[in-house]
Amino acid sequence: MDYATLLQLLDSTLRLGTPLLLACLAGLYSERAGIFDIGLEGKMLMAAMSAGAVAAMTGSVWLGLLAAIAGSMIFAILHGVASITFRGNQLISGVALNFLASGITVLIAQALFGQGGRTPPLTGDGRFNPIVLPFAEALKDVPVLGPLYFEVISGHSILVYAALAFVPMTWWLLYRTRFGLRLRAVGENPASVDTAGVSVKGLRFAAVMITGVLCGVAGAYMATALQAGFGREMTAGRGYIALAALIFAKWRPWQALGATMLFGFFQALALRPDVVEAVVGRKVPVSMLDALPYVLTVLVLAGFVGKAIPPRAGGDPYVKER
Amino acid sequence: MGDAQYAIELKGISKAFGPVQANRDINIAVPKGTIHGIIGENGAGKSTLMSILYGFYKADAGQIFVDGKLTPIPDSQSAIRAGIGMVFQHFKLVQNFTVLENVILGAEDGPMLSTSLTRARKALADLAREYELDVDPDALIEDLSVGHQQRVEILKALYRQADILILDEPTGVLTPDEADHLFRILKGLKDQGKTVILITHKLREIMEATDNVSVMRRGTMVATVKTADSSPESLAELMVGRKVLLEVAKEPANPGAVVLSVKDLRIKDDHGVERLKGVSFDIRAGEILGIAGVAGNGQSELLAALGGMMKASGKITMQGVDLPLSGKGADGQSRRAAGIAHVPEDRHHHGLILDFSAWENVALGYHNDPAYQKNALFMDNDALIADTEKKMARFDVRPPIASLPAKSFSGGNQQKIVVAREMERNPTLLLIGQPTRGVDIGAIEFIHKQIVALRDAGTAVLLVSVELDEIMSLSDRIAVMFDGQIMGLRDPATTNERELGLLMAGMNGEAA
Repeated sequence: MDYATLLQLLDSTLRLGTPLLLACLAGLYSERAGIFDIGLEGKMLMAAMSAGAVAAMTGSVWLGLLAAIAGSMIFAILHGVASITFRGNQLISGVALNFLASGITVLIAQALFGQGGRTPPLTGDGRFNPIVLPFAEALKDVPVLGPLYFEVISGHSILVYAALAFVPMTWWLLYRTRFGLRLRAVGENPASVDTAGVSVKGLRFAAVMITGVLCGVAGAYMATALQAGFGREMTAGRGYIALAALIFAKWRPWQALGATMLFGFFQALALRPDVVEAVVGRKVPVSMLDALPYVLTVLVLAGFVGKAIPPRAGGDPYVKER
Repeated sequence: MGDAQYAIELKGISKAFGPVQANRDINIAVPKGTIHGIIGENGAGKSTLMSILYGFYKADAGQIFVDGKLTPIPDSQSAIRAGIGMVFQHFKLVQNFTVLENVILGAEDGPMLSTSLTRARKALADLAREYELDVDPDALIEDLSVGHQQRVEILKALYRQADILILDEPTGVLTPDEADHLFRILKGLKDQGKTVILITHKLREIMEATDNVSVMRRGTMVATVKTADSSPESLAELMVGRKVLLEVAKEPANPGAVVLSVKDLRIKDDHGVERLKGVSFDIRAGEILGIAGVAGNGQSELLAALGGMMKASGKITMQGVDLPLSGKGADGQSRRAAGIAHVPEDRHHHGLILDFSAWENVALGYHNDPAYQKNALFMDNDALIADTEKKMARFDVRPPIASLPAKSFSGGNQQKIVVAREMERNPTLLLIGQPTRGVDIGAIEFIHKQIVALRDAGTAVLLVSVELDEIMSLSDRIAVMFDGQIMGLRDPATTNERELGLLMAGMNGEAA
């Protein structure tokens, strides 16, 4: 494999890893606050449809992004009401919302556009287009680093850079601010927060809302940057892969970046069977490559990455003890 | 602080949980700068009352005066603002946070952590000097002993400028030495003009530490007296509403042949940590061997291994026959067949099925008893119910209704059901763990009598309890466990609490 091919692979890794990263960080907020969210997938799907539909109707990708965040937030609020206000089972609520999203997205898209549950193809300002970073052209000829900057780092949509910026921001928020301290505390021992006179419900709702926003960005990226429009089940299990990455990362932001990019790399490999064939030296069925990220997901979830201790109060609705 | 006479005054406080009236028209006045005890049986409403004072629950009726001023306390934030701090029985700490992080949680100076952390570090150093409250501010809570965790809770309250400190059953998890240290801290707080409210069910602590004491019974405040004018006996009578024997009346033991011999018993837990590190002892017929120790030092594992609930290595011999410690035959059923009855430490998880009725619970473990079978296929429920009713009558289970689910009985009556099931089999060996945990004084007296009666009938009894008073009053010999080992065997007639306390803390008095 030559350097140019490697750069192409890494470029795809970043492109494909971004929605995973956004969803993974989304899940991190919710789960760190003690609310398990298996519904990342549904929120992304809802956001992707909202983004695709509004961008197609208005021609503005930014309105599409807002619509995506709104669509995802509606589901986040539903999950919050079910699992925080009414202390329901968080897994069941998440699964239900996933089913709902799977059906309702196609239904709405079909009702609006009558194109078999798809939104119309987006062009021009209806999409997030690649940005060439400063000096990318000029530095292109610097050996090794120049092409890395030009091919891999530069030339992505703004959402990719936003996702990367969310990693240090999340770290800072979690470990350096009052909000982060309380958020982590409420996921470990909500009674400690309650007895300190801080609202457990308020904190958990705030976390679930942030999850909604980030899932919204992830879904908008799917429909307006990675692809040009919404299609049925277009998230293809990325919400679940992001959950696996979250466990792999042991609920920590920098590790989440590494974990999601690893999954992104496997997805990028699946797109390049020729490269795999050249490296391995024999033909590998494409379907096997396609399955790789999911196989990795199963391995992670089965606990092959060592002991991952989730936030201690995760999954438990908070009830004051008598 | 103002110059009012009382730090806290509660007037007409009532609170109901569904049909249960937890507090009924409570009046209490706590003079400033005193240590005020609140005593009562489990379920008397002490913790509910204090949770209302801390804004954790809202009272249905009544008024709260802090420092002479009417102060509504709708939430914990208001309580903290009014200068009230609370140390709960179950600590409200975040295990994987540092001491500092726990102290500032909810009392941060601003949106950024760094300034709060710096200020808290300095404040903790000052408090440590002033009140013997030293804890490493950077230690993780999960690495601290229970005694130190409790200090963190006290520090949390003091950091929030609490003038009134409420402690709910603070000594349940402490060694006698740690408890003494706690009482020194409380005296120090009192000397600084702070007011302390101490909730406990231990009469000895009330007598030792408090200036005044209020007694609660079934949700009402029965009396408030000066501690110096009262006695343990009079307080116990107020708590229960009738005369109670605090001392267990028993004749000297008459030990027979060795019933169970334990040699070099070892247990590793799921993480590969050795929880029992070579325990050996003998128990004879007609004696009670008490195992003392702070919770978590291997007593639970010892009971589980002997009861066939946990794999172990080593050797146990029952009346000359070796019992298997792992594989086939190392289970509860085989142990029962060998004449071992087991009252487990945790009755809710191992002793009862709470949703099952009393008679179904009485059948648990003895469901193959021929007396309970109608024929090869069906159980004789009528016989079982009749048997249960007999047992309930003999053990004074209230209400004596065999069809009532176990969860509908009070803690004491639940325990009586378990004890009745196991004792009525006339076992050769009785394993009994925490026989009176969460059981009220009246029922404690009853269960203790039954244990002694069984011993007098020739049963060997292995008693595990974290209540040192219970161990000292019931046992014929006392073994103290620390860190998976037996630190020493003592005769209750010649030992004292101080010596046992040192052993419980891992210090062998003989070696020192």
